Amino acid sequence: MSVLVTTLLAILVLGCMALVFGAILGFASVKFHVEGDPLAEQVDAILPQTQCGQCGYPGCKPYAEAVANGEAINKCAPGGEDTIKKIADLMGVEPPPLDESHDTDNSPKVAFIIEEDCIGCTKCIQACPVDAILGTTKQMHTIIADECTGCDLCVEPCPVDCIVMIPIAKTPQNWQWDLNNIPLVQLD
Amino acid sequence: MTDYLLLLVSTVLVNNFVLVKFLGLCPFMGVSSRTETAIGMSFATTFVMTIASLLSYIVNTYILAPLGLEYLTTMMFILVIAVVVQFTEMVVHKTSANLYRLLGIFLPLITTNCAVLGVALLNIYEQHNFLESIVYGFGAAVGFSLVLIMFSAMREKLANADIPKPFKGSAIAMITAGLMSLAFMGFTGLVKL
Amino acid sequence: MGSVIERIKRGNFWTFHGGIHPPEQKFLTTDKPIRAVSIPEQLILPLQQHIGIAGELQVKVGDKVLKGQALTHSMHPMAVPIHAPTSGTISAVKNAVIAHPSGLSELCLFITPDGEDKWRERHICIDFNQLTNNELIDKIASAGISGMGGAGFPTQVKVSIREKIKFLIINAAECEPYISADDLLMREHSPSILDGINILDRILSPAYILIGIEENKPEAIKVLQQATAHNEHIQVCVVPTKYPTGGEKQLIQILTGQEVPSGVLPSSLGIVMHNIATCFAIADAVINDIPLIKRVVTVSGQALKKPQNVWSLLGTPVGFLLEQCGYANKNKKHIIMGGPMMGYSLPTDQVPVVKTTNCVLAPSEQEISSPYSTGTGEIECIRCGQCSDVCPSQLLPQELQWSAKAKDQPQLEKLNLFDCIECGACAYVCPSQIPLVHYYRVAKSEIRTQKQLDIKAEHAKVRFEARKERLARDKIAREEKHKAAAEARKVRMNSGTPQAKTEKSAVAEALARVKAKKAQQTKIGDSVTADHTVTPIDVEQKSQVSAAIARAKAKKLAAQQNIPTEKSVSVDTTDDIAIEPVNDKKAKIAAAVAKAKARKLTEKSNDTALATNKNTLDDNTVISKQVEKSVDDKKAKIAAAVAKAKARKLAEKSNDTALAANKNTLDDNTVISKVVAKPVNDKKAKIAATVTEAKASKLAEQQTKLEST
Repeated sequence: MSVLVTTLLAILVLGCMALVFGAILGFASVKFHVEGDPLAEQVDAILPQTQCGQCGYPGCKPYAEAVANGEAINKCAPGGEDTIKKIADLMGVEPPPLDESHDTDNSPKVAFIIEEDCIGCTKCIQACPVDAILGTTKQMHTIIADECTGCDLCVEPCPVDCIVMIPIAKTPQNWQWDLNNIPLVQLD
Repeated sequence: MTDYLLLLVSTVLVNNFVLVKFLGLCPFMGVSSRTETAIGMSFATTFVMTIASLLSYIVNTYILAPLGLEYLTTMMFILVIAVVVQFTEMVVHKTSANLYRLLGIFLPLITTNCAVLGVALLNIYEQHNFLESIVYGFGAAVGFSLVLIMFSAMREKLANADIPKPFKGSAIAMITAGLMSLAFMGFTGLVKL
Repeated sequence: MGSVIERIKRGNFWTFHGGIHPPEQKFLTTDKPIRAVSIPEQLILPLQQHIGIAGELQVKVGDKVLKGQALTHSMHPMAVPIHAPTSGTISAVKNAVIAHPSGLSELCLFITPDGEDKWRERHICIDFNQLTNNELIDKIASAGISGMGGAGFPTQVKVSIREKIKFLIINAAECEPYISADDLLMREHSPSILDGINILDRILSPAYILIGIEENKPEAIKVLQQATAHNEHIQVCVVPTKYPTGGEKQLIQILTGQEVPSGVLPSSLGIVMHNIATCFAIADAVINDIPLIKRVVTVSGQALKKPQNVWSLLGTPVGFLLEQCGYANKNKKHIIMGGPMMGYSLPTDQVPVVKTTNCVLAPSEQEISSPYSTGTGEIECIRCGQCSDVCPSQLLPQELQWSAKAKDQPQLEKLNLFDCIECGACAYVCPSQIPLVHYYRVAKSEIRTQKQLDIKAEHAKVRFEARKERLARDKIAREEKHKAAAEARKVRMNSGTPQAKTEKSAVAEALARVKAKKAQQTKIGDSVTADHTVTPIDVEQKSQVSAAIARAKAKKLAAQQNIPTEKSVSVDTTDDIAIEPVNDKKAKIAAAVAKAKARKLTEKSNDTALATNKNTLDDNTVISKQVEKSVDDKKAKIAAAVAKAKARKLAEKSNDTALAANKNTLDDNTVISKVVAKPVNDKKAKIAATVTEAKASKLAEQQTKLEST
């Protein structure tokens, strides 16, 4: 009999404590409620913002949100190894290697329209995610080089194939002390 | 008064929870790769440990003991600790989203931190009174924080150093922790408690 | 303040943390006077020889210039003009290797001297005290003077300081080993130097002028002390020999005891520093109207038979100077521009002397071993701490090295990487021979690049968001418009007026037409594959027909497993299709769509693609020919361009057997172009010709590429 009583008492006590604590927690969760998803914003801050879509998402913010929800972090091709490492640090995981499905050549490039061939169809203007192409229907189109992120999205839509990607040249201003690759000049 | 001071010194240095009692090793290894996270974690753990220690003592003394339900201490304490940790998590999330993100999974893992449960149970074992329980809990937390922050500073230096490949990562961290533990053995006999 | 001056007057100077004492090696050149060298065969003048931007080019190839003539014009305070060092002709304006550690090329002017050394008109200024400050600054600016100590900051900016100047410090320290250019200049031209200092005194009106000079130059010290004996304002300060005493922040700390904080310019502390050679150039410019066209260069090193200081014209190739000093090494292996601590190796000896070149070193192998032959010899850091003992900026080179190797950018910024003056003292003492300064330079450039990328990314993000908003706005506006129009139409149609009735019937008729068209199209699509002869039909239908044909053919061939054949295909199908002016936009669009579709289909197929390609190419040439005969040349141009693009894309995707296919297509195209060569309109011919040309060249390229492999 007393065993039953003690058992019941124990259960009762536990239940009461649980209720009390539950109430406290419930109250606290309402009081300390947090809006938004700062993780996605932080991942977005790391991504290079080329909005190229190579990761499979329509822009960098959607991919950041996907990463915050558990998407693989090695899909950003323009970001390269650096971005993967930074996201890995942020999420506290091991950095995986870059997804092989991407192009290995990610040197910075800028698009260029060969103006002789341009027919003024505005397809590239619609494709550019950062509005770096100036032009309108039946008028010459041109790329604003300073705004171009090199995302490559304008090359496909062009029906006359007049857009080329030009790698950014190395000048003494943007040279990165790569002493092993100094161009040697052949003298007579 | 000296009693409490001695108790504090004992829990922080002589019987350090991490390096001498070998409790709470999970967050010790997991959060110590950066000093920033280590400091955040030590604040959180201090808060949890002190409050949990206090609450556990109250629950034990005024609810469990009078009703003869001492055998429920483990379960009750876990309940108490879980509640405190949840509460801490909410507070941290609200006040510093950055810290919340940095701590990640380790914040709720404080629930399973054996040091916290250890403090609560040891309070009963050592038959501390109310004030002693608080000091004990706080001291344990201070000891934990001290070692955590020192270890994180060392790990940051180790991260950039020329470690031989087989030792990189956890291996050298463990070795360093072991050396720290050896060093803390030097405190033995400082205070007899 | 008073005690500072008293200490200075007493000669009780301060010192800076660290520093090293490398062997001076100045004995090689200090026992000989400055030698004038003959004019070289060619002068190479980079347009930018200073920190800032290049000036605007004022001359072009073929122009004859006089000595001292301005070759570029400064349109900005950070742009410093360059002048012709001797009279001659501009032979070229092109990229050439410049004096930069990267070995990259920048735009340079090439002058062929005519040997006459003829000056432009000069206006001597007898008393510069008559001129106003602005006039003096203008003279300095137009003379193209920039800092000659090695950094090359535009002097006109450094003399236009707004703040009150307490100390004007003249840097005569020359702490780096081997270099004795300033030493000799002081010994031989102290009056001019004093003139220059007086001009600076006049412009800046400092409270005190200090000349900081190391004690290893006894003759120069004597000369300067004699020259300034009567002038209470100028103090010659002899400081102990230590490297890098000549650094700006270090010399300021030695002479005034003040440390310039990180990120702060000395001018905000009321201190300005100018190199002593710059003073000489200022005097020449203001008094003699001589722009900066020559400078003293120490040509030293044990690989030379006659190491000496020389008066070198700017733009002289370094090899010429080495020759003049007896360069024994015919292999031209190791040449350093600058001193042994802060200089850099040159990839070629045709690099020109510029305004900041104070030394050219040709060391023997034992003196300074060439990095090309031995490699770096770097081993692990032993954590000895000698590097932080010698760092003049009180940094922690060991920590910097760990963080730089680990690419830990936040930690590098915490350790004040950008306060490193790259003096090389740490690398000099490192027992593990770690090239510390190199790691710091790489890290600095990486951090700079990353910051720029971050700014660019932020900018791109803003534009992307703006674009999204714009599209959303447009969409809403469009929907509103449609809704409003629909409402209006509904109202109109239901109003019961006769116009409403006609509108209703018009809508019904249009719907019926569309239905009929759809039915007809499917009927024709079935029949046309069997019959090549197509009778003249409705324009719209014809275009859709051709589109359908192309689609069907492509699909069929893609499904087959044919070995591609090499048959010469004549463009026979053209005769069959009646020529009707395709001046309808829809036809054009349909044609283009067909081509694109065909292209996409062929891209998806394998070997059979070749045959497919060939045939679709024929189709396209057919279509394009059709279209080319249109009345409107713009459309022709468009279609031709599209055809060209298609041809190019197809050519890119073929392999060996494609050669034949291409060749045949080439023939086809030539046929077409010949046919089209008799156009109604000139423009059309030009277009067609360009089309063919492009096709031909691209295909020929492919041909040769494939043939050569």
